Amino acid sequence: MHRIISPKIAQKVMKLIFWISGIITILILLVIIGYVILKGMPVLNLEFIFGDPIDSGREGGIFPMIISSAYVTLIALLVATPLSVGAAIYLSEYASEGKLVAAIRFGAETLSSIPSIIFGLFGLAFFVIYLDMGWSVLSGGLTLALMALPTILATSEVSIESINKSYSEGSLALGATKWQTINRVVLPAALPGITTGIILGMGRAIAEAAAILYTVGAALSIPISIFDPARPLPLHLYILATEGISLENAYGTAAVLVIIIIIITVVTNTLVDRYSKKMMGR
Amino acid sequence: MEYRIEVKDLNVYFDELHILKNVSLKIHKNMVTALIGPSGCGKSTFIRTLNRMNDLIDTFKMDGDVLLDGKDIYDPKVDVVELRKRVGMVFQKPNPFPKSIFDNVAYGLKVHGITDNNVITEKVEESLKSAALWDEVKNILDKSAMGLSGGQQQRLCIARTIAVEPEVILMDEPCSALDPISTTKIEDLIHKLMKDYTIIIVTHNMQQATRVSKHTAFFLHGEIIENGPTDKIFIEPCDKRTEDYITGRFG
Repeated sequence: MHRIISPKIAQKVMKLIFWISGIITILILLVIIGYVILKGMPVLNLEFIFGDPIDSGREGGIFPMIISSAYVTLIALLVATPLSVGAAIYLSEYASEGKLVAAIRFGAETLSSIPSIIFGLFGLAFFVIYLDMGWSVLSGGLTLALMALPTILATSEVSIESINKSYSEGSLALGATKWQTINRVVLPAALPGITTGIILGMGRAIAEAAAILYTVGAALSIPISIFDPARPLPLHLYILATEGISLENAYGTAAVLVIIIIIITVVTNTLVDRYSKKMMGR
Repeated sequence: MEYRIEVKDLNVYFDELHILKNVSLKIHKNMVTALIGPSGCGKSTFIRTLNRMNDLIDTFKMDGDVLLDGKDIYDPKVDVVELRKRVGMVFQKPNPFPKSIFDNVAYGLKVHGITDNNVITEKVEESLKSAALWDEVKNILDKSAMGLSGGQQQRLCIARTIAVEPEVILMDEPCSALDPISTTKIEDLIHKLMKDYTIIIVTHNMQQATRVSKHTAFFLHGEIIENGPTDKIFIEPCDKRTEDYITGRFG
């Protein structure tokens, strides 16, 4: 047998290839984030962040959009989290493999691959028109909840499934009921994974423009009631750019959105990390 | 002689697999009973029948009687939660919860509705002392149990079990994942616990069976081949198969 390349060289070449893939991935991320933040920098100041938009956003700030984003995302998570974590607990702890479980899983998987504009259309037909919620924070938030749901469900289910069965056995053997076991042992252990799922779902919701395009309205003022129309950051960005209002302010808005997402991710990761370390005694 | 547990003509099936065949065994009160036999002979299935942990497996079916203090534990009126409180279990691999050392021991008390913090604190200390772990952990009670060594974790699991004051403790190869020093500590502990608890221990280690138990049952292919005082089983077994197994000819 004659080898074309020696295993040692193959090993080195493969290591290099993987290293390059890793570096390229990080670079792409850095370039995109860096580009957006750099382009947005010139308009970023306190007045932009805390000011009201003037002349459709050509001048002024984006404070109502930041509040709108926080508002719709909060509603989306308040609705999606209990539903999807509940479904995840059912799937991983109660359901025995069968048609119902297969159907729920298939449903969730399909839901996660539906284009967001379809969610937008559904939201318009169902929440805005049929349920007569109008263009509002509530309609937008509920539409985003539908989008975040499969993400949180899938991540939570995997994380609950991954909890060592020996914990549950230990708890049941002490005479704990199934619910006590889930509530006091399984869920606390799965909390880091569930939190990651919620953050991923939040990332989907907060960054979404298409799904809220037809559901949330486009008001420039701060929404107070859940029935008020609003204009979350991605939608504002979309309108500024497509209607040629102000590309500079579009980049500024994008930069704010990216920075908010980075901050939330870093803060939750740190908290989750601290919790895991305390729990696992490292 | 008083018996705590009496098993009569027990048959256990998982689907079509006939795991335990007409097993009958009487377990003496406040004594250590060792169950020995090669892997797959049904020892673990047997002790899991005693606290109804097999109920968790969908394909589990059984017939026969399992009496705890004369009452059938498979009677439909029996509360499984109450039963498991009376019949505690220590597992093969130490499985403390990913919680603090204190919370691990307090867990059983809390799920059984004890809320008085003074009572819980007292009971935790008492249980950790009984499990010969107190001196090693008294200053790190709020640290995660996952940071303890394997042997400490197993003693913590024993402390957690005795905190709810069971009558019987089932131990499923409790030392198989531990080093010799930790094993010695657990065995000493078993000796100490014997006067208050009825202990049933599954073990692969012949020496361990002779060291800790007064009574031994030898399982093979789902049947009890022989059972009696440990001294007799190991010195003059009646059955050729028992002799072959304990002298290391198979298994």
